[in-house]
Amino acid sequence: MFEPRIVCFFCKWCTYAGADLAGTSRKQYPPNGVVVRLNCSGRLDPQHVLWAFREGADGVLIGGCHPGDCHYQDGNYKTMRRAAFLKRVLSDMGIEPERLHLEWISAAEGDKLVNIMGEFVDRVRDLGPLELAHAGGRGNGGAKPADKPAATKKTAAAPESAKGAEKPAARKS
Amino acid sequence: MEERIGVFVCHCGSNIAGVVDVKRVAEELGKYPGVAYSTDYTYMCSDPGQTMVKEAIKEHNLSGVIVAACSPTLHEATFRRAGRAAGVNPYQVEIANIREQCSWVHQSDKEAATEKAIKIIKTMVEKARLDEALDPIAVPMTHKALVVGGGIAGIQAALDIANAGYETILVEKGPSIGGHMAQLSETFPTLDCSQCIMTPKMVEVAQHPRVKMMTYSEIEDVSGYVGNFKVKIRKKAAYLDRDICNGCGLCMEKCPAKTPSEFDEGLADRKAIYTPFPQAVPNKPVLDREHCLYFTNDGKCGVCKKICPVQCVDYEQEDEIIEDEVGAIVVATGYDLYPIENLGEYGGGKYPDVITSLQFERMLSASGPTEGEVKRPSDGKVPETVVFLTCCGSRDPEAHMPYCSKVCCMYLTKHAMLYKHKVHDGQAYVFYIDVRTAGKGYEEFYTRAAEEDDVLYLRGKVSKIFQEDGKVVVWGADTLSGKKVEIEADMAVLGLATVPNAAARELANMLKIHTDEWGFLAEAHPKLRPVESLAPGFYLAGAAQGPKDIPEAVAQASGAASKVAHLFAEEEYHREPIIAWIDEDTCAGCRVCVSVCPYDAAEFDDEKGIAVIKEAICEGCGACIAACPSASAQQRNLTDEQVYRMVSAALEG
Ligand SMILES: Cc1cc2nc3c(=O)[nH]c(=O)nc-3n(C[C@H](O)[C@H](O)[C@H](O)COP(=O)(O)OP(=O)(O)OC[C@H]3O[C@@H](n4cnc5c(N)ncnc54)[C@H](O)[C@@H]3O)c2cc1C
Ligand code: FES
Repeated sequence: MFEPRIVCFFCKWCTYAGADLAGTSRKQYPPNGVVVRLNCSGRLDPQHVLWAFREGADGVLIGGCHPGDCHYQDGNYKTMRRAAFLKRVLSDMGIEPERLHLEWISAAEGDKLVNIMGEFVDRVRDLGPLELAHAGGRGNGGAKPADKPAATKKTAAAPESAKGAEKPAARKS
Repeated sequence: MEERIGVFVCHCGSNIAGVVDVKRVAEELGKYPGVAYSTDYTYMCSDPGQTMVKEAIKEHNLSGVIVAACSPTLHEATFRRAGRAAGVNPYQVEIANIREQCSWVHQSDKEAATEKAIKIIKTMVEKARLDEALDPIAVPMTHKALVVGGGIAGIQAALDIANAGYETILVEKGPSIGGHMAQLSETFPTLDCSQCIMTPKMVEVAQHPRVKMMTYSEIEDVSGYVGNFKVKIRKKAAYLDRDICNGCGLCMEKCPAKTPSEFDEGLADRKAIYTPFPQAVPNKPVLDREHCLYFTNDGKCGVCKKICPVQCVDYEQEDEIIEDEVGAIVVATGYDLYPIENLGEYGGGKYPDVITSLQFERMLSASGPTEGEVKRPSDGKVPETVVFLTCCGSRDPEAHMPYCSKVCCMYLTKHAMLYKHKVHDGQAYVFYIDVRTAGKGYEEFYTRAAEEDDVLYLRGKVSKIFQEDGKVVVWGADTLSGKKVEIEADMAVLGLATVPNAAARELANMLKIHTDEWGFLAEAHPKLRPVESLAPGFYLAGAAQGPKDIPEAVAQASGAASKVAHLFAEEEYHREPIIAWIDEDTCAGCRVCVSVCPYDAAEFDDEKGIAVIKEAICEGCGACIAACPSASAQQRNLTDEQVYRMVSAALEG
């Protein structure tokens, strides 16, 4: 059976703590996701998500505090807008927007985390592996991009030169 | 320099090792680029475990440490201390969470759990590879506090901070401290006289050697940040030297100009030179220029100046700006009542016998305009029937305020009870939506009113009040019996909603602290940080943060004061260094970061033409980093580069 690879970007105040709670309560969920802990979901740059897909993720799950509960006031509202934007970008790129999911999960919602994880993994499994036309994805023979995006060697120029030298092209049909 | 990272895989007894093949994990990681040493152990957090980490740091000259164990919330601090003891910067010690987020949640699939543990640790190795050695940011601190607002909350906060050993400035905009509590008659649920419990506190704070009390003063400007605020306080001209004045009161006696008293809610007059009430602190008058005949009538009066035995009246006096420095600011600016004018259905203030709850408090007060006798304003008659209305402007999302004002059910119950104590054969009605009595002794208080004092509670809203033939006619509904009710009363008392003090929003704007949509001060976290503002160095107390009764206002004030004392306990202020920084070479000065920063920590530097981050206030939320179009904003030890590498590691294999 196809086992999707999932990257989870969780804010440390709510969703990460919710995931800890799921652990403390010994709730079981599929092991497909690996968590990258951010201090706030608002720290997440849309490019992080694109990078994840380029690096072979079949799905990306973003978890943040419920509206009104963001530790930094309104980081999660920014995330909400970015997620909506990203879904459009993804579909432009030929990636099913459902491969990206944003969920508000509080530190008390271990159960919710477990459910969402299960549902999301199932959904991405149904979508099948993400095959990008060019480098990165396993669909392309596992070729790795040569460089990490030039995040710290920045130029003030247009975004495309900022990170990710090559852009993933449209999906192979 | 080639990084030399050590990986320490904890078994956590069988908690991890029972599911994850820890030997294989340690072995795999040993082969990973940059990892100089990798091992496993039964209990890494135990004494021998920590010693093992420390020795390995020295022996293998490690530059970074990953402890693969339980959640970072549990032992990150432990291992950072161990790292520091052995010479690794604490911010280069990271935790890989392979228990809560791996072994405990994938118990039935050992192979997959082991694979995932390897990935999790690799993500942390990638992060550690680029972790910088950091130090908490130490900023100097002024160990002196400013408390704005001299109601019970501000007084309590000032007293607690001063008693903890710190200098405190208490600024009150009115001529006396005391706030609304000084206006109250008796207080629920014990019915002790408000003045009796309030005035000793007022005197105590005024005489406290570490409190500098500034009445008739307002905040003009605040700059700087936590630990280092610069404040400008406007000391309004009182037209008399309050330092010289001995409070004899002759001027107030002889002053010919009268105007309605704010303190008595317009039920009595005060003079143009006045103290708001006889027990005012300081008990020295101010001259209200707007109503003074000397000022309004071309210098024709001057009685107070002539009569003053110590010659302290000075018509030429001007406002004074006092500058000072403080390290923390407590905002306790209190509340106002929702304007009666907004309640057209109840007459909007045009019927003399439809009064506000605070007016009724003054009427009940032994030192009030009627000396505690209940007399209706229109003709001084003792009312035989009084109707009390809860939720006047509260819990009405369509027309007024949507929230519950919390204290009205209780004070109207108190009002009805006190009325009955004074007018034994009178009839008191209370219209209510729900009677909310959540507080110690509150439900008992309400039961007493209904059962012992025969207060009649009617469940329903009043649709209209009008005054006719000397009667106050109240049209309402009793939703329990389903009947319409019409009461011909002598007086009605409106339990008006609690709203933030009118000046509070303005002040909040100036202080750059957040308010909710109605103007109540916003707390940093609704549950866990209820007395702090999101803006570092600002603390909240009392009804300024939301409707509150006295015990709650006092408790919150003490909470805020303890936060201030906590802050001041250190010589310097230390901040987590996981904050944003701007690459000066690539920042194009677009100011997106300035617009998204919730703390005003990102600032535009006009000279350099780029953005700069104020280290002392940046909370490290990362909003500016995600928003920066040129990736010039970065976060210390969580740079984009680190995130990319972590993502790649999470997807490897
Ligand atoms: C009719 C009525 C009856 C009540 N009865 C009871 C009762 O029986 N028991 C009970 O527990 N509670 C009662 N309460 C609630 C009680 O009044 C409040 O809990 C309490 O007064 C809140 O205190 P505070 O210090 O937060 O605010 P306030 O009393 O409003 O004090 C705020 C102070 O800050 C000053 N200020 C405002 N803005 C500025 C500024 N910008 N600069 C400087 N100074 C400023 C104001 O002048 C004021 O002195 C009653 C309330 C009402 C309306
Ligand atoms: S802190 Fe959780 S979303 Fe901002």
